[in-house]
Amino acid sequence: MKRQIPLMIVMILGFLFVIHTFVPHKISADFYDWWQEWAKAISPFAVVLGVISLGMVHGTKISRKAPNWQYSLVTVLALVFTAASGFIWGRQEGTPYMWLFKNVQMPMSATMFSLLAFYIASAAYKAFRARSAEATVLLIAAIIVMLGQVPLGMQISRWIPDISTWILNVPNMAAKRAIMIGVGLGMVATSLKILLGIERTYLGGGD
Amino acid sequence: MTLSNFVAAFLTLCIFSFLYKENPFYRFGEHLLVGVSMGYAIPLIYDTVFIPYVYRPIFLDHNYIIIIPAVLGFLYVFRYSKNLSWLARYPIVFGMGIVGMSVPMSMHSQVLVQMKTAMLPLDNINTILIFIGTVTILLYFFFSKAHKGAYGKVTNIGVWFMMIGFGASFGYTVMARISLLIGRIQFLLGDFLGLIK
Repeated sequence: MKRQIPLMIVMILGFLFVIHTFVPHKISADFYDWWQEWAKAISPFAVVLGVISLGMVHGTKISRKAPNWQYSLVTVLALVFTAASGFIWGRQEGTPYMWLFKNVQMPMSATMFSLLAFYIASAAYKAFRARSAEATVLLIAAIIVMLGQVPLGMQISRWIPDISTWILNVPNMAAKRAIMIGVGLGMVATSLKILLGIERTYLGGGD
Repeated sequence: MTLSNFVAAFLTLCIFSFLYKENPFYRFGEHLLVGVSMGYAIPLIYDTVFIPYVYRPIFLDHNYIIIIPAVLGFLYVFRYSKNLSWLARYPIVFGMGIVGMSVPMSMHSQVLVQMKTAMLPLDNINTILIFIGTVTILLYFFFSKAHKGAYGKVTNIGVWFMMIGFGASFGYTVMARISLLIGRIQFLLGDFLGLIK
């Protein structure tokens, strides 16, 4: 029963949502509003789960003095201090909470993502070394699109920005559209598997 | 140079130090980022989700029915209990119900609408190319027939379209990362060191 009742709830709610999509009745609209209201009330508690998970991972490392436990202490202290600053001084401009966001979180996130510029370049070098005609096409398309985004492309040839736009709007559009159709069919299949109780991994392990 | 700029520049350099190799400065920055990001999310979600959708309806509007989803949400915590972890399934399945809506919606927006726009109107060379590209790529992913002979040649056209599409996506992604990198370099050389105006 610990698995069957949740499965029944998914099936009943799922089929009610299928009906809701096709039936524009007030009862159907009220059902969707009710679900949204409840889902919004449930959602903030998922953060508690995240905090417990982070606390368990790093708390264990600290208590056991595992190798490099000092870094876990940094994570826990940063979490506690940032959250406390938000609750104590508020979230408006000029508070320690916003200072931490602007001078700690934002610069580090941007730098972390910018690091990928280096790794993507070295990965591209390894992957693209034009071993086949297809790889060459991929490489040329990437180079033209990159040059099309910067003034250098215009200086090399006035055609480069136009070709870049054409690549993005025509062959790239065809590829994106076909992939989107494939993803759409995949989503329908997966959703049906969940609705019919074939796909149950979201229930987790145990009885 | 302000304290804010100094802190931001130091942490930026901590993350950049990974380009040399993994080192204590990078690991410090990495762990700090995880902690601050999670710490940032807690008051944000408390103010923007918990207060308007849980606290206000129950305690200010006296809409006591909201206690039920609040209790359901609290059941998430039992995910870490050995004996009561099954209780955490209830808030999950309540959210999962929405997949029922994704069946007709995905079929409509991601399949039917895309197929329609791929076919209509075929009035110039570009729309014809998009149509050919879409069909040949879809045929490439049809594995019930061996990709040999004329069929193999058709699916090969799809591969070429995909390669151009992947190249374009790759180029676009690289440029997005490069613009972030330029932003960080501008900060270090401009705001921090004052070398560029």
